Amino acid sequence: MTATALPRPDVIVIGGGLHGCSAALQLSMRGVRVLVLEKDHVARHASGVNAGGVRQLGRHVAEVPLSVASMALWHGIRDLVDDDCGFESHGQIKVAETEAELETVRARVAELNALGFTHEEVIGQEELRSLVPAIADHCVGALVSRGDGAAIPFRTTFAFRRKAIALGARFQEGGAVTRLARKGGLWSVETADGGRFEAPVVVNAAGAWADRIAAQVGEPVPLEVIAPMLMITARVAPFIKPVVGATGRTLSFKQFPNGTVLIGGGLLGRAVRDENRTELDFSQVSVNARTVWDLFPCMRGATIVRSWAGIEARMPDQIPVIGPSGTEPDLYHSFGFSAHGFQLGPIVGRITADLITGGATDLPIAPFRIGRFAA
Amino acid sequence: MFRRLPEIETAAEKVSFTIDGRPAKARAGDSVAAALLANGVTACRNTPVSGAARGPYCMMGVCFDCLVTIDGTGNRQGCQVRVAPGMAVETQNGKREVER
Amino acid sequence: MSAQGSKFDFDIAVVGSGPAGLAAAALAASKGASVVLLDEQTEPGGQIYRAVTETPVRDRKVLGPDYWHGAELLGPLRDSGAVHWPGSTVWSVARPREDGPDGERRIQIGLSRNGAAAMLTVRHVILATGALERPFPIPGWTLPGVLGAGAAQVLLKTSGLVPSGATVMAGSGPLLWLLAWQYLQAGARIDAILDTTPKQNWRAALPLLPGFLRSPYLGKGMKLMLEVRRKLTVIGNVTALRAEGGLAGEGVLKSVVYTRNGTEHRLPADTLLLHQGVVPNLNLANATGCAQRWDEQQRCWRPTTDEWGATSVEGVSLAGDGAGIGGARAAEEAGRLAALDALHRLGRIGREQRDQSAAPFRAALDRALTGRAFLDTLYTPAEAFRVPADDTIVCRCEEITAGAVREAVRLGCSGPNQAKSFLRCGMGPCQGRLCGPTVTEVIAAERGVSPAEVGYYRLRPPVKPITLAELAALPKTDADIDAVFKH
Ligand SMILES: Cc1cc2nc3c(=O)[nH]c(=O)nc-3n(C[C@H](O)[C@H](O)[C@H](O)COP(=O)(O)OP(=O)(O)OC[C@H]3O[C@@H](n4cnc5c(N)ncnc54)[C@H](O)[C@@H]3O)c2cc1C
Ligand SMILES: Cc1cc2nc3c(=O)[nH]c(=O)nc-3n(C[C@H](O)[C@H](O)[C@H](O)COP(=O)(O)OP(=O)(O)OC[C@H]3O[C@@H](n4cnc5c(N)ncnc54)[C@H](O)[C@@H]3O)c2cc1C
Ligand code: FES
Repeated sequence: MTATALPRPDVIVIGGGLHGCSAALQLSMRGVRVLVLEKDHVARHASGVNAGGVRQLGRHVAEVPLSVASMALWHGIRDLVDDDCGFESHGQIKVAETEAELETVRARVAELNALGFTHEEVIGQEELRSLVPAIADHCVGALVSRGDGAAIPFRTTFAFRRKAIALGARFQEGGAVTRLARKGGLWSVETADGGRFEAPVVVNAAGAWADRIAAQVGEPVPLEVIAPMLMITARVAPFIKPVVGATGRTLSFKQFPNGTVLIGGGLLGRAVRDENRTELDFSQVSVNARTVWDLFPCMRGATIVRSWAGIEARMPDQIPVIGPSGTEPDLYHSFGFSAHGFQLGPIVGRITADLITGGATDLPIAPFRIGRFAA
Repeated sequence: MFRRLPEIETAAEKVSFTIDGRPAKARAGDSVAAALLANGVTACRNTPVSGAARGPYCMMGVCFDCLVTIDGTGNRQGCQVRVAPGMAVETQNGKREVER
Repeated sequence: MSAQGSKFDFDIAVVGSGPAGLAAAALAASKGASVVLLDEQTEPGGQIYRAVTETPVRDRKVLGPDYWHGAELLGPLRDSGAVHWPGSTVWSVARPREDGPDGERRIQIGLSRNGAAAMLTVRHVILATGALERPFPIPGWTLPGVLGAGAAQVLLKTSGLVPSGATVMAGSGPLLWLLAWQYLQAGARIDAILDTTPKQNWRAALPLLPGFLRSPYLGKGMKLMLEVRRKLTVIGNVTALRAEGGLAGEGVLKSVVYTRNGTEHRLPADTLLLHQGVVPNLNLANATGCAQRWDEQQRCWRPTTDEWGATSVEGVSLAGDGAGIGGARAAEEAGRLAALDALHRLGRIGREQRDQSAAPFRAALDRALTGRAFLDTLYTPAEAFRVPADDTIVCRCEEITAGAVREAVRLGCSGPNQAKSFLRCGMGPCQGRLCGPTVTEVIAAERGVSPAEVGYYRLRPPVKPITLAELAALPKTDADIDAVFKH
């Protein structure tokens, strides 16, 4: 398990989720030697089990520039990782069930336009019907982002890993990083299975466990461990292309090309992160089912084949931590994506690589600095 | 292909139902899957993946190969539902349309 | 949700009304606990005693005396005062939580009945979910006309149906011989039995034979097998099997091709009945979070339990074949032991009383298990039928082949869960019941490690599909739940 036989990596990435794999890929593309340490296996957690929504729609304004830049990478995902990741772009739609909700989405578009972003538009009832014929009659309009879409999460994360490996990155699975210390300009990293590794730079992409890594370098963060739930139906004949959400309640609704329909939207079960375990809360699943019952009457008889939850990190302000550590040099954070970090995967890996190899990024990451929780 | 043991055939309390619209008879107490097999219907659906024909395999509710449409509701496990007088059983073709 | 005093709150829920569940529920309720017995079948009996209350096969010699023993378990259940809700599919068992107003820890159970879902709360759950036939992946096993031997036996017990036309049985294990014997008694046609028991198994099992011969129950199986061998065409040492349809492999079963001593033979067949033993039906236990382990002797996963059937999850115990294959008589005794332990945990009986009452059941359990090792060893399926060739479908729902699983391993999938995420094997409605054991073994063989190392699917509720409408309408009050049970 010691790294002696192999050349010392330039960067150790802690965490083999999409963010760890994306950072590993971008660094490898620049000739940097990367070692990814993953406590379970790659894509075991949020990155492998999420809803696969690739959306700019409805993002926190601080995330919008990153999300727009990431979207461009998604549209060329095959060039980046040699796999289309199951990515399809049929737009994402957030329906308004009342005039008041329609007013809310209008205000949202005005806010984005003022900031110079034009990817979100308001559509009326008629266009909503033509985009989503199965939508319930009472819906009056919607917010739409036409360039959005969805991909297959496990396949995506796996593809990032594969490409990174092809470019020279190494992955070590099955041992959690237990200790992190810096001596003489070198990080020393120990794993639970007895591994010891050294590198000049470390990336903390440990998802819902990232606060523990941060705590080791004296940077406690108010990370909340959550367990968003999803359920999926048996295959039905194709009837909807875009991904649909709602304005007044939580929903994420999409049909895969194979016919199965994925239903989620952020209702929470319970997470037990020390045991890699989640429990579903069926009273909440029931709320989710009720929303679909209301918005897609044709789905009432659909069979739910499986449901599950993933372990995810949520920050109090619902936006991630991205950028250099506030206490130690040569440590970079990338975590806390608050249940919408899948879409950001491609760009945040690039930002992290930019920071490590060039000391700067051209995207505005100040809102994501870890120091924001210090006060 | 399956047949009823002779002593049972005569004693049977008969149930009339339909298979894809054709009249059929079963024994009270039969599951829908058993009733189909007793009527010579071995294949009850095509898979949504490749379109291959399938028929009941486990008869205990675990394999889901006996899926049929019963009285308009699709994806029912034929081996877990008892046949009833007047029941309309339809074999299933591939992915179900939504709304049934 | 439902709290103490509610009609939907019980001391103990027993899931499964086979021998284990019937015995557990009757004993627990007879000692004064409030017990609900749930089973998705509309009649009690489980697999062995399927339809014992209403089978049309009234000629007792057809199904045999072991079958009719099941009827004796029903009286005690009726007299015990246990609430019996047949036709209830349990799709979720949650770990205990303090939910009710009294703050006492309760387990929430999700179930469906007559197309409506409901939640119950209990203090203890005994899972007696039994076994299912071990997957028998051969080319063509998905063709209509190919069924499990156990499935064919269900048709006999519940409907008095037997195969007509050319019929071939294939595989190994006691149940295969039992069914052949039952068909003999019923006068059903069997063209051939293709015995896939590997020759070398006999050598491995022989040292265990004395133990087997002491068994009060299992010796009967041997007699029955000899009778079948005398009266029917039995073709031994079959090393490969294939079911073929009409042109281009389409349509329904037409013939069975088998290999014996290196030579292929073809038999015309309208019905092929496959069987190579049973494995624990562990989906519900797994989804509840009960730890499980690989059993090398039985070559299957089984939930880990203590000597009372208690699992790694507080308040959840297991009894019967769902905890590891021991057969019907063992299941019955294990049910009683689990019930005694549950009563003890609920504070209804002391430790001493539990241990004292348990003594005769434990002795009976030991007797029932005598000789198991011989059967397990003799009937370990051949590798070729557990780890099939590349072109064989392993996941029937998603139509994933063994070759695709091997390819996924080469791409870096090291266990069933990665293969599942990557290929969708195990993601269909059967939720891995028909592919899980095979996928584990294929990955293990490909990686050259033990199945214990590659693991098993992580399963999640609902363990049986339910409709969106049922979920959306999950009742919140007692009156709502009442409506579910009105039917
Ligand atoms: C159910 C669900 C649905 C979602 N839907 C969407 C969606 O539709 N769209 C969207 O954009 N986002 C969605 N998300 C959010 C998205 O999945 C996450 O934000 C994203 O995957 C986070 O990636 P990550 O790499 O930071 O974390 P993870 O994927 O959790 O990866 C972190 C990895 O670090 C490893 N690790 C932790 N500690 C250590 C240690 N000490 N040593 C070694 N390894 C360690 C973990 O094992 C884990 O594999 C959803 C999330 C969930 C749970
Ligand atoms: C098809 C089949 C036929 C068999 N026939 C024989 C035989 O003839 N002779 C013999 O000696 N052995 C037979 N066996 C072996 C059998 O496993 C044992 O003999 C015996 O039935 C085990 O008893 P049990 O109580 O553990 O489980 P079972 O008898 O299998 O009972 C389990 C019960 O749990 C129910 N159940 C499971 N999951 C759920 C759920 N989620 N919700 C609600 N209910 C649920 C099932 O419907 C079933 O009724 C057979 C096995 C199979 C699979
Ligand atoms: S025949 Fe297997 S589920 Fe009905």
